[in-house]
Amino acid sequence: MKITVNAKPHEVSASTLDGALIELGLISPALATALNGAFVSRAKRVETVLTDGDRIEVLAPMQGG
Amino acid sequence: MEFYGTALASRLFLGTAQYPSPKVLCEAIEASGTEVITVSLRRETSDGAGTGFWQMLRQTGRRILPNTAGCHTVQEAVTTAQMARELFETDWIKLEVIGHADSLQPDVFALVEAARILSDDGFKVFPYTTEDLVVGEHLLQAGCEVLMPWGAPIGSGQGLRNSDGLRAMRAHFPNTPLVVDAGIGRPSDAAAAMELGLDAVLLNTAVAKAGDPIAMARAMAQAVIAGQTGYQAEPMPRRDMAVPSTPVLGLAELI
Repeated sequence: MKITVNAKPHEVSASTLDGALIELGLISPALATALNGAFVSRAKRVETVLTDGDRIEVLAPMQGG
Repeated sequence: MEFYGTALASRLFLGTAQYPSPKVLCEAIEASGTEVITVSLRRETSDGAGTGFWQMLRQTGRRILPNTAGCHTVQEAVTTAQMARELFETDWIKLEVIGHADSLQPDVFALVEAARILSDDGFKVFPYTTEDLVVGEHLLQAGCEVLMPWGAPIGSGQGLRNSDGLRAMRAHFPNTPLVVDAGIGRPSDAAAAMELGLDAVLLNTAVAKAGDPIAMARAMAQAVIAGQTGYQAEPMPRRDMAVPSTPVLGLAELI
C-alpha cells in the first residue's frame, strides 16, 4: 500500500496506522499522529485501518515560542 | 492572578526556540524564574531529536504550554492542539492561527472559531490575538479565560506598538488575565507591559537571540517584577508643566 508520511511517499505492508508506524521505525513514545488531517490518538492507532493514498503526519516535540 | 485556576508566582512565560544550545536554553529557563515554557510540534525526524528535547524539558519541572505555531486554518490548529494535548499531557494550548505571512498577524475570525471548538473539547485556550476589544469579547464568549494580545509582530522586537490599545484592553477586561505575547525586544518593553497593568509577558526571541541569553533572561525577570510592582504602586499622574519637588517655602532671597 502506498501512503505518505510527513510528506514523503512510502510503501508499507501493514494495514493499520500502528502497524505502519512500527514498520517505518517510528516507535518513539513521544509521537502524535494525524490521518488525512484528523487527529488519531495513541489508543486508536491499532484499530485505524489505512487505505491506499492516505496522508499521515507524525509529529514530535519541538522548540517553540 | 490565576490562569485557568493555576496561580503563578512568576509573570514571565518563556519560549524555548532559537537558543544557541540546549544547555543555554536550560540555564535561561532557570535564570528567568519562569514557571511556564512554550513548546511546539514538528514532523518527527529520523534521529528522534524530539524525544530527547521532550525529556530535557520535563526535567526542568516547568509547566508546558504547547503552541499551534504555523497553523493557518481552523482545522490545522485544532488537529495540532489535539496532538499536543496527547503528547505533552496538558490541556493548556497557546492557540495561534496565522492570517498574514509577513506580519504573522492572527486571523482573528479563524481564531475565535478554533477557540470555540477547543474550549468545547475541554482545552484551556490561551489565544494569541490582537488588542481588538470586540475580538476579545468573542474569545471570552467562545470559552477563553485568558487573552494574549500581541505587543508587536512575532520576533520583531519592536516592543509595544499600541500601548493605548493595551491600556484600553486592561480597562475593558479588568478581571481577565492578559498576557502580552510577541514583540517584546528589551527589558523596558516587558516592564512597560506590566506597568500598563497586564498580568504577564510571554517572550522568546528577545532572550534567545540576545548576546547573552542567560543574562537577558534574568533581566526580563527583573523587568517584569519592576513593572508589576510599579503598576501596583500606582504611578503619579503625568503633568504638562514642571512642578518643583524641592519646597519653595523658605527659599532665601540672595539677589
